[in-house]
Amino acid sequence: MELWENGDPIRDEAAPDGPIETRWERRRFSAKLVNPANRRKLSVIVVGTGLAGGSAAATLAEAGYRVRSYCYQDSPRRAHSIAAQGGINAAKNYRNDGDSVYRLFYDTVKGGDFRARESNVYRLAEVSVNIIDQCVAQGVPFAREYGGLLDNRSFGGTQVSRTFYARGQTGQQLLLGAYQAMERQIAAGNIEMHARHEMLELIVVDGRARGIVVRDLVTGEITTDLADAVVLASGGYGNVFFLSTNAKGCNVTATWRAHRKGALFANPCYTQIHPTCIPESGTHQSKLTLMSESLRNDGRVWVPLSASDKRPPGDIPEDERDYYLERIYPSFGNLVPRDIASRAAKNVCDEGRGVGPGGLGVYLDFADAIERLGVKAVEAKYGNLFEMYQRITGEDPYQVPMRIYPAVHYTMGGLWVDYDLQSTIPGLFVIGEANFSDHGANRLGASALMQGLADGYFVLPNTINNYLAGGPFGDISDRPEVASALSSVESRVQKLLDVDGDRTVDSFHRELGHIMWEYCGMERTEEGLTKAIGLIRGLRDEFWTRVKVPGTGEQLNQNLEKAGRVADFFELAELMCIDALHRAESAGGHFRAESQTPDGEALRHDDEFSYVAAWAFSAEGRPTLHKEDLDFEYVHPSTRSYK
Amino acid sequence: MDIQVRVWRQDGPSDKGRMVSYDVKDISPDASFLEMLDVLNEKLILDGDDPVAFDHDCREGICGMCGMMINGVAHGPERATTTCQLHMRHFSDGDVIDVEPWRAAAFPVIKDLVVDRGAFDSIIQAGGYISAPTGTAPDAHATPVPKADADAAFEAATCIGCGACVAACPNGSSMLFTAAKVSHLGLLPQGQPERDSRVLDMIAAQDEAGFGGCTNAGECTTVCPKGIPLTLIGRLNADYRNALRKG
Repeated sequence: MELWENGDPIRDEAAPDGPIETRWERRRFSAKLVNPANRRKLSVIVVGTGLAGGSAAATLAEAGYRVRSYCYQDSPRRAHSIAAQGGINAAKNYRNDGDSVYRLFYDTVKGGDFRARESNVYRLAEVSVNIIDQCVAQGVPFAREYGGLLDNRSFGGTQVSRTFYARGQTGQQLLLGAYQAMERQIAAGNIEMHARHEMLELIVVDGRARGIVVRDLVTGEITTDLADAVVLASGGYGNVFFLSTNAKGCNVTATWRAHRKGALFANPCYTQIHPTCIPESGTHQSKLTLMSESLRNDGRVWVPLSASDKRPPGDIPEDERDYYLERIYPSFGNLVPRDIASRAAKNVCDEGRGVGPGGLGVYLDFADAIERLGVKAVEAKYGNLFEMYQRITGEDPYQVPMRIYPAVHYTMGGLWVDYDLQSTIPGLFVIGEANFSDHGANRLGASALMQGLADGYFVLPNTINNYLAGGPFGDISDRPEVASALSSVESRVQKLLDVDGDRTVDSFHRELGHIMWEYCGMERTEEGLTKAIGLIRGLRDEFWTRVKVPGTGEQLNQNLEKAGRVADFFELAELMCIDALHRAESAGGHFRAESQTPDGEALRHDDEFSYVAAWAFSAEGRPTLHKEDLDFEYVHPSTRSYK
Repeated sequence: MDIQVRVWRQDGPSDKGRMVSYDVKDISPDASFLEMLDVLNEKLILDGDDPVAFDHDCREGICGMCGMMINGVAHGPERATTTCQLHMRHFSDGDVIDVEPWRAAAFPVIKDLVVDRGAFDSIIQAGGYISAPTGTAPDAHATPVPKADADAAFEAATCIGCGACVAACPNGSSMLFTAAKVSHLGLLPQGQPERDSRVLDMIAAQDEAGFGGCTNAGECTTVCPKGIPLTLIGRLNADYRNALRKG
């Protein structure tokens, strides 16, 4: 039986045409407005309080809408955007090094391996400059030079310095900016905040997204919340791999529930494996920790030239080391994009030249940088990252090279949205990592923070007006769809508790993660993906007969929370494999072994696959594929070369 | 390594709570403290017992969600380290380790090691921000900020809001938390217009939330995983005096 069906093509109806430089301006002008007095009559639910959700909630509340925000953490300040380290891109050209909005646009389309929409990416580059202004006005303490002006660093996949940063804690500082703007609106009564709540279902009435079902994670109470529009800013799904750089609570449930209610899910197979993470240390491992890619500015990546060389790194002479990134990619060297750096690390480890326990690691060496700049300068730039590394591994990176290995970090796929960031369900908007829109098949470093804040501060608050201008959409509290959404959540929670089997939720999650890493990770094959789908289905059946969730639904029950998330990961995992199977080309973070150049580089097939794969849910497990063709009017698709 | 943990178990806010001992066998010294608790919980679940509830999320020391008293010290024995970044290599085979929740009037226990830190958000709501609605910002280079000020503001802004300072304080005071935010914003030119009202309102909010007063015991800075210095409390007091004087 075929694993999927082919459906009708889909188009982005909201996208303006004409010159790319004026598309966003023209869309803003053509979008309907809501007058300030009417905004108070309109309510918006925002799920998630990271960079996208936090900035959107604050901005919508400032505009006068009634906002209700939800997060599963105990405070909106803890969303996982807080862990982003390296920086945020913006086309300010403060370095006078040839940067421009057009160049950021060009780099991002190319970096995404020509699988993103030009219109969206241009808009992202355009508003990037406003983000920096906004954050500075909020008091975000970006790094500065002695003259008092903002400092920049360079990042993978670019040849200009356009990355603004706050030591290795840029995400934290940007998130606290958005959080503080939110708290100001909470105090003003414009945002009602619900921390320790989790969205478990989307409510759709008359074809519109009109609310959500949430569970209070402290009391276990399950309730509905109804509004005029729903915004999902619930992040990515990297935790389907169990081990990833995501926070433990990150999950796909909000977007997956919306998918099941009719929102198309786009490009689920595009996952980013980050090259510079701390390698696994044992079976107890519960997550992986990223070391900012900014380290590749000054650190040099190498492995021993010979697989048999087991000497400590300091004893290996210069001419017996292989600085393989510098060797293979002389013009970008250690700063090649993430997908390329990750696969190169996998290749040298597959050759048996990996270092550390299990041979799953490569060196990231700062000896040259320390000699050139001095310990003090290196400490000023990377001090907190070095500390973090030492804390986790017990090794001092000032003395011995770091060991790094790739880990799942970011998911480019997500719910399909149009130019207005609206999903295929009217009234359901999706922003930040939760949508698929701007990064194509691979995201460049320091672009996630840019996209999250672009969506939340500047894009959504403009485009959502066009939808809300048609509201308020009327009282639906008595509609049967609301009651049935509530009861479906209640029965699902009860079902998880009733299995009462003999395996823990984590044991299933770990096993699912192994399957995904093995067959849907850095390298994918038709054979492996087909096998994975069978394994996932088998494991999912086992989950529903053997999982043991202790406790009850009417209390703080962290295993019940996890069980619901893992149940949704099973369904997502299957779709990821189907998407990866159908895309018989290599593009960005998706590398199909069958599609590579003679020297092992990713080989795209633009004639067949220059489209967004948007999937419709099927209860029978046969999703329908809707293709959105990608047109490239400005940046002509070429083979990405960083050599 | 084999250890014994004595963990605070409390079913809910109204339950009295008690210490319960558990043996945890064969733990890798490379495991983090929370991974050790994961291993314990897996066993408890399979044995039909109630697993230990504890807050955690990023597990890389930045979200501020985790935190527990380990042998009576907030976040445990390592300086400048969150619980999630504490590794078992800092303990020895055969150790008996006490694990308790943050204890402070303003942080009521929800279950086991999980406490309600919502009072921190209420302090920020009172003025821990710069009023700069989206779209109103001038160019980022319009106001240069001396590097020393920017760096000092950044150091203060690295607070992760974990609550260790409150848990360690004999008075249950949130002064270091409040001082970090008052200093971060007060050191920047953008933060000047609201500087006086900010400090007055945030101090009032922390009093109202049930935090104790500061007597400069200094326990807060000792346990702070981000090393927020005690001098910031002096800075806050100066700001507070100035603001009061201006009336």
